[in-house]
Amino acid sequence: MLLQRFLIRLLTMAITLFGVAVVVFVVIRVAPGDPIAMMLPPGATDADIARLRALYGLDRTIVQQFFIWLSGVVRGDFGTSISLRQDVLGLVFNRLPATLELATVALVMAVAIGGTAAILGARERGTAVEAGIDIASGTALSIPDFLWGLVLILLFGVLIPVFDISGRVSPQLNLPFVTQFYLFESILRLRFDLTWDLLKHMLMPAVALALPLAAIISQLLKQSLKEVLDLDYVVLARVKGFSETQVILREALKNAALPTLTLVGVQFTFLIGGTVIVERLFSYEGLGNMAIDAVINRDLPLIQGIVLVFALLFVLINLTVDMMYALLNPRLRHG
Amino acid sequence: MDEARIARRGVGPRLWLAGGWLLLALLAAIFAPLVAPQDPLAQDLMLERLPPFWMSGAEPGYWLGTDSLGRDLLSRLIFGGRIAFIVAFAAAFAACLVGSTLGLIAGYFGGWADRIISRIVDIWMAFPPVLFAILLVAVLGTGLSSVIIAIAVIDWTRFCRVIRAEAMGQSRMDYVENARIAGYDRIGIMLREVLPNVVPSIVALLSLEMGIAVIVEAILSFVNLSISTDDPTWGGIIAEGRLSIHQAWWVLVFPLITLILTVLSFSQFGEALKARFDPVLR
Repeated sequence: MLLQRFLIRLLTMAITLFGVAVVVFVVIRVAPGDPIAMMLPPGATDADIARLRALYGLDRTIVQQFFIWLSGVVRGDFGTSISLRQDVLGLVFNRLPATLELATVALVMAVAIGGTAAILGARERGTAVEAGIDIASGTALSIPDFLWGLVLILLFGVLIPVFDISGRVSPQLNLPFVTQFYLFESILRLRFDLTWDLLKHMLMPAVALALPLAAIISQLLKQSLKEVLDLDYVVLARVKGFSETQVILREALKNAALPTLTLVGVQFTFLIGGTVIVERLFSYEGLGNMAIDAVINRDLPLIQGIVLVFALLFVLINLTVDMMYALLNPRLRHG
Repeated sequence: MDEARIARRGVGPRLWLAGGWLLLALLAAIFAPLVAPQDPLAQDLMLERLPPFWMSGAEPGYWLGTDSLGRDLLSRLIFGGRIAFIVAFAAAFAACLVGSTLGLIAGYFGGWADRIISRIVDIWMAFPPVLFAILLVAVLGTGLSSVIIAIAVIDWTRFCRVIRAEAMGQSRMDYVENARIAGYDRIGIMLREVLPNVVPSIVALLSLEMGIAVIVEAILSFVNLSISTDDPTWGGIIAEGRLSIHQAWWVLVFPLITLILTVLSFSQFGEALKARFDPVLR
């Protein structure tokens, strides 16, 4: 049953990705601007233009272009960036690690902040502490990451300048890295001076991305904790003499976490979507920042590649969460 | 019951505060030429980066200070509100119309209609929304109508998902079955029986969506892809403020406060309306 569920999900995933590819392709090809005209110096002859159009396959019909592009994509060939004149897949892989690291740090922070708030709120249910947590999470949820980013820039970049508000790493540093996973590699190489510098750059964009998700986690987890805390087995643990915190951590959390998990999956994709503008705001050299440049430069192959990679990431996250849910949920596991 | 009463008690001041701010900002935007103390486009290099009124060096008549070109910040915020509210209303209503219609059809009719619409929603959910918006505006060309279309094209799914679920729940209720037995046709039942019951959700989502539309417009003008004219926008002012943050913090602070208040008000307003309409809470 688990395998069947997995295969069905895999099929719908393929359909979704195909749909994304079609939509991106159609949207981009109806663009009125001519990307070729922007690549050539003034005074280029018609023959030059035609040659370049043929080189990028722009002289075929739109359906032909789509299938030429798609068969390339399936083989891992995303084409050549028009503005940067480099292989699209190479460019994407060069930037993707920066975005993944940022999103992962943000996710960890969201779970830590939201989880703590939920446990605290459930323990102090019915008191002013819970009311305070509710107000804080309501506010954190209503204000989007873009605005949180600006608030943080003002607070910790200008008013109390403790963190960096621009870039991924201090430019004067000598980086010994062979991969683009700077944070991960700095820890492996025990270069904690570099880790600290990276974190100082990453902290504020990560908090901006984490706050709305932390709010959702705190609200949902607190709700399920409060429901579980009234169940017999939890009451029994309390009678056995465990403190309320112990009861929550040892007995309630495991069963209350499941509904939160499914939601975190979808919300994590929203968080990754938010990296596009938050990276821009903090001049963080990730995929999203490059995507905006690609759109402004009308770099069609690069935009297609980036959007498709984002979409792939989103469906993979949803698939993973779905499978984790199936594995953790006893009713589905033994069904 | 207790929770309902608490929710009800909280509605009053929240609704008034949120509604009050939105009304104030809306009226200021509508009557901008009468209310704004200065011409929002007038540059004066003698007046560049004036601080707000309570600081030394401030000039009378430039209450919130000026930007790096000597343009009055308060007047630019008031005029920027025009774009923000036009986009908020137009984009939210367009997204609502498309999303609610498709959601109602998918939820009430089910079957193939539901399968196709749900698959399209899935595809839409696989796009990073901000990137999709930027891409659409770049393709459509900058301008007010492009911004509105882009937001509607992206955000209809928010309405579709919620209304689909609600319509699905409603269509299983007895009264819908009774109407069917009584001989009403299915479209008639959908419009006369199911639709009125999902209206509270639509209204709440609409208010929420207006806040989202204001943000998306600000993001688009922040990356310089909103309207193409010189007219001030909140996001455009924020972009200027981000650049001169160390010289003139007020150019970033005041549009940011304006945006936060507006977004919070729209979401609070939506929740309050929902609580008021919701028969369970009422």
